[in-house]
Amino acid sequence: MAFTLTVNGQTRTADVDGDTPLLWVLRDTLGLVGAKFGCGAALCGACTVHLDGAPARACVTPISRVGTRAVTTIEGVGKTPVGAKVQAAWQAVDAPQCGYCQAGQIMSATALLTAKPKPTDAEIDAAMNGNLCRCAAYLRIKKAIKVAAGLVEA
Amino acid sequence: MSELLEKPSRRLFLQAGAAVGGGLLLSFEIRGAARAAGTAPSLNAFVRIAPDGIVTIAAKRAEIGQGVRTSLPMMIAEELDVDWAKVRIEQAPVDAKVYGDQWVGGSTTTPDEWEPSRQAGAVGRAMLIQAAAQKWNVPTEGLVTEPGFVVDPRTKRRAAYGELVEAAAKLAPPDPKTVPLKDPKTYRIVGKFHPQSDNLAIVTGEPLFGIDTRLPGMLYATYAKAPVFGAKVAKVDLAPAKAVKGVRAAFVVEGGTELDGLLPGVAVVADSWWSARKGRDALEIVWADSPTAAQSSATLAAQAKALSAQTPHKVLRQDGDVDAALAKAAKVVKASYDYPFLAHATLEPQNCTASWKDGKVEIWAPAQDPEEGRKLVAKILGIAPEAITIHLTRSGGGFGRRLMNDVMVEAAWISKAVGAPVKLVWTREDDTRHDFYRPAGWYDLTAGLDAKGDLVAWRGHAVSFGDDKDFARGAEIDGNQFPARAIANYVQAVSTMPLDLPTGWLRAPGNNAFGFVMQGFIDELAHAAGQDPVAYRRRLLGEARLLGEPGKEDTVDTGRLRGVLDRVAAMSGWGRAVPAGTGLGVAMHYSHQGYVAVVIEASVGEGGKPTVHKAWVAVDVGRQIVNPSGAEQQVQGSVLDAIGSTLRQKITFENGAATQANFNTFPLLRMAEAPPVEVAFVLTDHKPTGLGEPAYPPTPPALCNALFAATGKRIRSLPIADQLA
Ligand code: FES
Ligand code: FES
Repeated sequence: MAFTLTVNGQTRTADVDGDTPLLWVLRDTLGLVGAKFGCGAALCGACTVHLDGAPARACVTPISRVGTRAVTTIEGVGKTPVGAKVQAAWQAVDAPQCGYCQAGQIMSATALLTAKPKPTDAEIDAAMNGNLCRCAAYLRIKKAIKVAAGLVEA
Repeated sequence: MSELLEKPSRRLFLQAGAAVGGGLLLSFEIRGAARAAGTAPSLNAFVRIAPDGIVTIAAKRAEIGQGVRTSLPMMIAEELDVDWAKVRIEQAPVDAKVYGDQWVGGSTTTPDEWEPSRQAGAVGRAMLIQAAAQKWNVPTEGLVTEPGFVVDPRTKRRAAYGELVEAAAKLAPPDPKTVPLKDPKTYRIVGKFHPQSDNLAIVTGEPLFGIDTRLPGMLYATYAKAPVFGAKVAKVDLAPAKAVKGVRAAFVVEGGTELDGLLPGVAVVADSWWSARKGRDALEIVWADSPTAAQSSATLAAQAKALSAQTPHKVLRQDGDVDAALAKAAKVVKASYDYPFLAHATLEPQNCTASWKDGKVEIWAPAQDPEEGRKLVAKILGIAPEAITIHLTRSGGGFGRRLMNDVMVEAAWISKAVGAPVKLVWTREDDTRHDFYRPAGWYDLTAGLDAKGDLVAWRGHAVSFGDDKDFARGAEIDGNQFPARAIANYVQAVSTMPLDLPTGWLRAPGNNAFGFVMQGFIDELAHAAGQDPVAYRRRLLGEARLLGEPGKEDTVDTGRLRGVLDRVAAMSGWGRAVPAGTGLGVAMHYSHQGYVAVVIEASVGEGGKPTVHKAWVAVDVGRQIVNPSGAEQQVQGSVLDAIGSTLRQKITFENGAATQANFNTFPLLRMAEAPPVEVAFVLTDHKPTGLGEPAYPPTPPALCNALFAATGKRIRSLPIADQLA
């Protein structure tokens, strides 16, 4: 059936089964491949997007449950002031290794900093612990979050 | 001392000319002696300087997260003397006729490219200077460059490279050997922190990775293979898959029995990946019996134990008289070590996009060894290698997994079968259960100490996989691991047993296990001798010398090992008091031309759960560190990767199949568990070498040695899991 979504501020429609995860609607139907497939089971965070600003694992979010919530992906998050700051910090500290997890990391970090502009180390760990990085670029990712928060210099 | 791995027979060959669309085009290659006849070319890169001053560098090697797309162009740009902001980087296509070998692995890229890349840049710079000299009608002597400009300091005249490229393109390039290279003290790019060139695309979600490939008319595929490797499809009703909305085709692939070829399975092709997956999940596939179904980790371990107790099949190295030395030893220490199978678990699952048309196939692949993929596709599809075009994409992690091209041949086969472009994406479960695993292994060790505690005899018997002639892939045992050649009486022997499971190379192949075994046992010897583990290693290393012949890759320079050991001891405050329940552990290892020593501070909490507080790492990969940002990332990543696998990772087989499937059963390290990793580079006058691997091997033993210091319990079997509970 046809679903109408707001993705990065634009209205988009997708004619798919209601159980189709948002991740595959974004990647295959709408051609937004920024959100990544890592596990398909809410175990890695590579597919993280925002629904009304809150982080969600798109791989286990059926399209039928998105409803009227606004979807923001890595392609659109830079339009928010916090998202732009996070993306800039990521580049300045050279956070990525292979880069595959980074879209999900940035989405989780942006949600964190939007809710808590000056997070503690423990708050960073708690907010980011669902995002795996196989390359283990964790130290740079953490630094990038602190740079974006203005807690440390790049 | 001369550089250990200098290869004087390798020479740079360079061509220059006008670029299509204007500007100067430099193309260069290194040739070994075997290629001196000029039969097989192997271009390393193209460099194009356009009239607008933009420099485009086409790098032949794939980016798998090791930073090579940034570090290689940095070397060229440095000697060319251009503004880094004007440099654009392109991925070169896969073409053995033009580029030769394009594989990435073994930390080989930096040492292979360091000389020729800089020389090529220097030749380009010399040609631009010559063009300026002609233009101004002055001799080349005295002309200098500033980034992007040739400058005559006497007259203060300046010419942008872009203005000179047309004239330079008409010049014959000078012999690279006659062109001087920069004094490293004057470097503007090399040795400075440079973020990866793809970062903007990564942080904004641009398509970059293999899995992001989209082609007009493309379909999506899943491929179900038997959990038991190589089992054929006995029976399947394809109707339920075909009934799923969006599914275009479902069919059985006969496949073969070779584990690194095309394995049997069922392909489901649909207009989205989710439909393909739903179609696949709707199938009830009955798999045929397979002789490999009898294999299990428990049986293999029992077989290994039996082999350990027997006379070894083969002696890899024998020095002196170990039996006599053991008989005379004041103390004899024995221990058995083992390590498990491991998966690579690249975060981007195996995937490949293929487009079959009119007997030809075009492929988009996140691959580490695309040329081997071409051969495999040609063989299995029965087409000429020339009918295959491969585009390399960025890879979401490699770690050695993408040296194998099983997914490439599957994608090509499925595309041919449906006559349309197809993107095949494995599920995470497929990826974990159809890896080429780091092989498990078992070691029995016996050492003799004299009255002073010095090591006087060492006997090792490894049990690994293979037959009388060859080790299984990735299961090679090395007879020359330290302390081989450092002590007079030494034996390393091996017994092998056959294996019908796919194995392969994982980051620092072989060494990722040898480090754990050798450095764990040496720690035991230090304690048996009642000596400090750092001091004991210093005594064992002795004076600075080469163990082995100069120029051979397995030759160990004890002076360089001592250098990193001393440095890491100083960094970590080795010997300082730590709270009860906390311990410091040390280990050192040489592999992939790099020397690394690690100290880890760790403790054990409630329920025996280990916590790693911090790691200190001293690294000697010669001089120069090309990109300090990428270099630190590779070292930190290797250390944290090794901590994660040491704590919890293993693949176990039951009834011929892997029992782990997703990240809940094959857990990766998470952010909250990642300790700070302090990295120091010990600069020595040796050619710079790679960093993708050498920091991994000393990390597992440093961690286990720290936990021993904390608890008195020795870890001899990986992973640590709940052994400290
Ligand atoms: S792909 Fe969604 S959490 Fe891993
Ligand atoms: S950078 Fe490779 S998975 Fe995070």
